[in-house]
Amino acid sequence: MIEAIRECLGQEMEADNRVVVIGEDVGVLGGVFRATDGLQARFGKERVVDMPLAEGVIVGSGIGLAMSGLRPVIELQFLGFGHQAFHQIGQQVARLRYRSQGRHALPLVIRSPFGGGVRTPELHSDAFEAFYTHTPGLKVVAPATAYDAKGLLAAAMESDDPVLYLEPLKGYRLTKDEVPDERYTVPLGKLRVAREGADVTLIAWSAAVNVAERAAEELSEQGISVEVLDLRSLNPLDIVGISESVAKTGRVAILHEAPLTGGFGGELVATIQQECFYSLEAPIIRISAPDTPYPLGGVEDLYIPDVDRVVAEVVALAKASA
Amino acid sequence: MSESRFLPNFEPIAPFSRLTDSGILDSGESPMSDDAVLEALRYMMLTRVFDDKATSMQRQGRFGTFSSVRGQEASVVGAASALDPTKDWIVPQYREFPALIRHGYPIENFALYFMGNPKGGTIPPNVNMLPMQISLAAQIPQATGLAWGLKMQGGDGVVITFFGDGASSEGDFHESLNLAGIMKAPVIFFLQNNGWAISTPRENQTAARSFAERAIGYGVEGVMVDGNDLLAVHEVTKQAVAKARAGRGPTLIESVTYRTGAHNTADDPTRYIDQQELEKWQQKDPVERIKNYLRSRGIWNENLEQELLDSCAAQIDAAMEIARNTPLATSDALFDHVYAEPPQRMLDQKRDWANRNGDAR
Ligand SMILES: Cc1ncc(C[n+]2csc(CCOP(=O)(O)OP(=O)(O)O)c2C)c(N)n1
Repeated sequence: MIEAIRECLGQEMEADNRVVVIGEDVGVLGGVFRATDGLQARFGKERVVDMPLAEGVIVGSGIGLAMSGLRPVIELQFLGFGHQAFHQIGQQVARLRYRSQGRHALPLVIRSPFGGGVRTPELHSDAFEAFYTHTPGLKVVAPATAYDAKGLLAAAMESDDPVLYLEPLKGYRLTKDEVPDERYTVPLGKLRVAREGADVTLIAWSAAVNVAERAAEELSEQGISVEVLDLRSLNPLDIVGISESVAKTGRVAILHEAPLTGGFGGELVATIQQECFYSLEAPIIRISAPDTPYPLGGVEDLYIPDVDRVVAEVVALAKASA
Repeated sequence: MSESRFLPNFEPIAPFSRLTDSGILDSGESPMSDDAVLEALRYMMLTRVFDDKATSMQRQGRFGTFSSVRGQEASVVGAASALDPTKDWIVPQYREFPALIRHGYPIENFALYFMGNPKGGTIPPNVNMLPMQISLAAQIPQATGLAWGLKMQGGDGVVITFFGDGASSEGDFHESLNLAGIMKAPVIFFLQNNGWAISTPRENQTAARSFAERAIGYGVEGVMVDGNDLLAVHEVTKQAVAKARAGRGPTLIESVTYRTGAHNTADDPTRYIDQQELEKWQQKDPVERIKNYLRSRGIWNENLEQELLDSCAAQIDAAMEIARNTPLATSDALFDHVYAEPPQRMLDQKRDWANRNGDAR
């Protein structure tokens, strides 16, 4: 996946010299995960900039760069440190178009790895997507495959709306599906049916999609046919795609790494019960982390929902009745 | 010693130092007794032993990502040795192992933290420190408030907060200096300029000639010290502590040193570091320098060195043994200490998690 991201950045920078990449350690080092490896050598220090260590000014100056006519791609080294820029993202990035009544477009992409499972030091691994889906004016995407990583990034960079583009820390290097060499886009706001099934709809995004797929495989051996939806895009949300699946299965499980209370799963539950109420055969369930801070690495496997837990909860869901 | 080297009067031409690169003291008196130097050197050696141990354990998968102190031992120990653990506070970043140990944080807890066990975070009740900080610069406002609060309540405790040149680019640093100046808070901002923030060189953090001179803009005194010179760091910090204790406010200390190791165990510095510069700094090794000083005093020899090394190794081994024998955390560790009065929903989750994972561990 990381190669797909790097390739996309290179292609876009090649095609459009207004694209600049800024962030911590993105230049000489090529990013701590090497997503920008080689870009500075190719496009120069002016377009791939090692910024001072201050997320607020990285995002805030990105707004200014965009208003000057450039198309910045900002790397936040970890979404955990998006908090340091939250005032710029939440109050400024997301609202500039609205506040200027359409005068200022903000073609800005903020890329950031997030989520757990790779034993990072403390405070690096929270799945904070819900803070940003609760920020009108900002689009939020979270690819799970290398193919989508490339296509969604291209679409995000093409868009005149600001996009938060979330990359799964787990799977960054492991996810290796086929990626075409040429440029293509994956539309923002369209889910992907990762696996077709008839009994239960299992909704996930980012790294959790892989867990969902593996659980679905096990469940099929137990005779439960699970349809896995990879949302890809949290805002805009593909409500039609979700409804189609729920109409077919009547049972829904939502899987996320973030804590339960206030997580994006709650939004999905509310939307589905409103849109698909008469299709539902059982209460919608959420499979998530507990309502506690992201822990140290030694216990993170107990925190993040794993395949066994998803299997057990979906088995119960398949038996439940309304 | 006059205070004229403190900003705004100080022209940052060269950092304040007491020892030559080969460990010869200038003509003045040493700010530390020989015993104090020996004690400090032992902490520096202890740090090397720990860093080596931790790094090799990380390679074997028994330790998490870990940042060593390599090259910065005099900087950290020199600062810490100016503190009184019974009343002064440390508000750390993550690269200050010997300061925390001297202050009373158990080595085994430090190890457990990096082994990923939440129990490692436990700070004994009489140890005056805040948890290690991973979110860069976030500790600096907290140190400022802590110092301000101590002063408000009439105590004479002083707070020192450690952070890197990189962290000093965050707004939290600037906002804190500003507030500390206004409140005359008894806080020492100990900025370790080790040349790098991961791969980002110091030049990308500031266009100023020094970090120390940033203090001027906040009405705070700043000073630049040779961070590989134990005596100089100790002396400057001691002055800043005395000043703060006497109610004369905060100080920004820029300790000029060099990270001669990797940023952390996940980092590959060969991708960005200038080999010549690295070698230049390796020549200025702070441990060798203070050993040379003790040699010049006639109180350092190979026997003593071996004796100290053995005792450091024994101390680290004993702590690692405790860490190894500490049971792995159970799912309760996710929930304990999150609240004083936990919401019922979380308690229900705690029970569910224990039921589900109880047998596994
Ligand atoms: C707010 C924040 N942003 C980014 C990071 C990721 N990160 C961890 S260490 C580091 C460099 C720190 O450099 P410096 O403050 O100079 O301290 P050093 O590690 O050199 O001692 C970065 C960018 C972080 N931990 N916190």
